[in-house]
Amino acid sequence: MVEKELTVQLETGLQARPAAKFVQEANRFSSDVFLEKDGKRVNAKSIMGVMSLAIGSNEVVKLQAEGPDEEQAMDSLVTLIESE
Amino acid sequence: MIKVRTKDLIERFDLELVAGKDGVHREIVTSDISRPGMEMAGYFTHYPKERLQLMGRTELLFLYDLKQKEIQDRMKKLCTDVTPGIVITRGLDVPHALVEAADHAGVPVMRSPYKTTRVISRLTNFLETKFAPSTALHGVLVDVYGVGVLITGKSGIGKSETALELVKRGHRLVADDNVEIRQEDYDTLIGNPPNLIEHLLEIRGLGIINVMTLFGAGAVRNYKRISMVVHLETWESDKQYDRLGLDETKMKIMDVHLPKATIPVRPGRNVSVIIEVAAMNFRLKRMGINTAEEFSNRLNSVIKDVDNKEIE
Repeated sequence: MVEKELTVQLETGLQARPAAKFVQEANRFSSDVFLEKDGKRVNAKSIMGVMSLAIGSNEVVKLQAEGPDEEQAMDSLVTLIESE
Repeated sequence: MIKVRTKDLIERFDLELVAGKDGVHREIVTSDISRPGMEMAGYFTHYPKERLQLMGRTELLFLYDLKQKEIQDRMKKLCTDVTPGIVITRGLDVPHALVEAADHAGVPVMRSPYKTTRVISRLTNFLETKFAPSTALHGVLVDVYGVGVLITGKSGIGKSETALELVKRGHRLVADDNVEIRQEDYDTLIGNPPNLIEHLLEIRGLGIINVMTLFGAGAVRNYKRISMVVHLETWESDKQYDRLGLDETKMKIMDVHLPKATIPVRPGRNVSVIIEVAAMNFRLKRMGINTAEEFSNRLNSVIKDVDNKEIE
């Protein structure tokens, strides 16, 4: 399992469109991916879950991936969240 | 974890603030409530000062038998710097010494017009709910024939689509995709949706839909006790699925074990109907009718009869 704490750089935070993009990206991998904010953990492949966290810009979140392609999943999702 | 403050109690139960208004922002850290009877008698060694204190007729009447000096001393000891508040019941008069001590230490003294036992049970219920351990799960919660069914399974297996069909068939959606669960008591799990996504359902290809505006207020619920778990998974030909229903598999959420059914999903299998039947069968079992067990007993007795005849 890989885990990383990161700060959201997206200027708007995870609004609906970026959230959908994030979830779609997560769904490309077979690993289980989880996103955590303030102790609330959701499945990163579920759009409603991700949006229910209401993640804003500059907030710290924890990303967790477990499975055969966890490294790739982590890299690509981190790039997405940390892009501006 | 949300913090509970004395102010919340005053608002929720419409209590009258008699003294110590500087302390209304004090935090309540436990759901236990203390009735300081022993303390009134002067025994403060094990005084649970961090708890909410509740004084009824017994405690207050006892005070009147004491000397003024003793009353002042004990009221002072009662109002510590961590005591979240003192509740006086039955609308009784608050002793002058208590008002003084409370104002001095900043411990809110509140008054309720109701009987002590009633106040205790309502306060305890309120605090227990607030302090209940909670978690969040990936799944969909639906009220099917009054049974709270938590549908779990991998992303894309069709949980939301199943929920939509259940709603269409007259059942109620509680939460889609992300269910907040709190444990009340030792055996009860209550699920509710996160505020932001209440009444919403996401269907691939359609996007986000509002179940309440589409299907009406009768199609949603804000919370529901979870009674069983239905796990959806893709059909694997070499996996053994339950064929009899004699053994109940369980799933543990926090400290509670819930009955769990694993339903294989395959084209042509109508999952919503299966879930409806699973919910009805669950109710039937709770009413004492266990079809699988009854059938098994019947089979056993027939086998026994055959055996006996052969011996004859």
